[in-house]
Amino acid sequence: MALLKCKDLTLGYENIELVKGLDFEVNKGEYLCIVGENGAGKSTLMKTILKLRKPLAGSVIYDDGLKSTEIGYLPQQTIVQKDFPASVYEVVLSGCQSHLGRRLFYNAADKERALSNMKRLGIENLKKHCYRELSGGQQQRILLARALCATESMLLLDEPVSGLDPKVTLEMYDLIRNLNKEGITIIMISHDIQSAVRYSSHILHMGSEIFYGTTEEYQRSDEGKKYLFDNNGGDHNA
Amino acid sequence: MLDKFVTYMAIPLVRYAFIVGVLIALCSSLLGVILVLKRFSYIGDGLSHVAFGAMAIAAVVGLADDMVLTLPITILCAILLLATGSNTKIKGDASIAMISVGALAVGYLLMNLFPTSSNVSGDVCTTLFGSTSILTLKKEEVVLCVVLSILVVVLFIAFYNRIFAVTFDESFSKAVGTKVNACNIFIAVIIAVIIVLAMNLVGSLLVSALIIFPALSSMRVFRSFLSVTIFSALLSVACSSLGLILSILYPVPVGATIVAVDITAFIICMIVGKVTGRG
Repeated sequence: MALLKCKDLTLGYENIELVKGLDFEVNKGEYLCIVGENGAGKSTLMKTILKLRKPLAGSVIYDDGLKSTEIGYLPQQTIVQKDFPASVYEVVLSGCQSHLGRRLFYNAADKERALSNMKRLGIENLKKHCYRELSGGQQQRILLARALCATESMLLLDEPVSGLDPKVTLEMYDLIRNLNKEGITIIMISHDIQSAVRYSSHILHMGSEIFYGTTEEYQRSDEGKKYLFDNNGGDHNA
Repeated sequence: MLDKFVTYMAIPLVRYAFIVGVLIALCSSLLGVILVLKRFSYIGDGLSHVAFGAMAIAAVVGLADDMVLTLPITILCAILLLATGSNTKIKGDASIAMISVGALAVGYLLMNLFPTSSNVSGDVCTTLFGSTSILTLKKEEVVLCVVLSILVVVLFIAFYNRIFAVTFDESFSKAVGTKVNACNIFIAVIIAVIIVLAMNLVGSLLVSALIIFPALSSMRVFRSFLSVTIFSALLSVACSSLGLILSILYPVPVGATIVAVDITAFIICMIVGKVTGRG
């Protein structure tokens, strides 16, 4: 049974259709990378999956008792966060907000969850540090720990390595792969096609041509070959 | 000097001014932290002009208690500005500027067209700078202020965790199912209430200072949201008390004195932040 199924999805704004007839599903334990040019509708798709906006047509179906609010989301960083005075612990704990329900304050279980997710990502020593004073890689780890507080099963990552240096990028990818091995389903938007192919199990390519399939199929497909070739020529670091 | 202070404090009107001043300083500093972080520093200025316009209308209509008109109009504008957020055709700063300038002009126009006293510009000055109104508070106004302040502080503490989450990352909060829009409207209402209250203390033009300075000072020195919020509240109460005492002892206007003390505190905090390597 698929955790998440998108059926004949049309995405876009009022009069502009970005994508039409999008069909794919994500099963438990898979690692799906969404790739494609800017403006292809990747972020719009992610917002639709999270139910932050409605699709123009088609539907997003959750299965196995997954709710859209039980998906751990790692959004792109905003300007507001850059100088926000908050301790690491405060930020991670805020990931438990969906567990609050009608309660006003976090309970012992929430605090325990925050601490264990900080240990899981190796940032428990940063607990009392100020979020804005940390490096980009550390900040991403903190936001990932927060996302883990919200979910047991699925993470949605919106370009988690943008702005990180090569070494930290590699660490971040390893971290995400380990989480995937622990059984967490990953959906990730990525501009880094080489790494997307290296780590993912499935690829969704959005653009003038839509491709969805396993990573091996993608590497053999025409879209995949072309896109991989184009991006390899221009970017030697990848 | 102490004698003079004790003598003044024996006067009920002075005691009222003290109570109201400290409470408003407390409330405005609590919300100041959120507003500065949300990039809404100017909303204090904008809303205070709206409140000024509403007060002018109340004066023209001849309402004895202008709070009845000022509070709802300001709350409405606050919701319009904060809660509609990014979906409007006219964006954040432009809409604040528009409402602010518009309300100021209409208010001043009304006061001139239908003068309620012979000294129009004096009235305007009083409304804008709050020169003596805090020393002419009625008992009912003090009670209202106490009740609303307690309400604001209790609500702020009760929703502290949600307020933090929504301010830090709106999209994450939305994604995990927190009612972000309701939260934004709630914050907008509280802000409007505080601004209307604060106008009695420092007047329209200086409301912004009361909201922004303690928050900014606190952010220079502290690193967690909780400590920033608590210190901001303490600092604001201390600065306002000092400002009030100074304006009792010396012939200086209340509002401007409080802001001057706030500015001094900000400079001190900036230096402390630099020295301890946190700024």
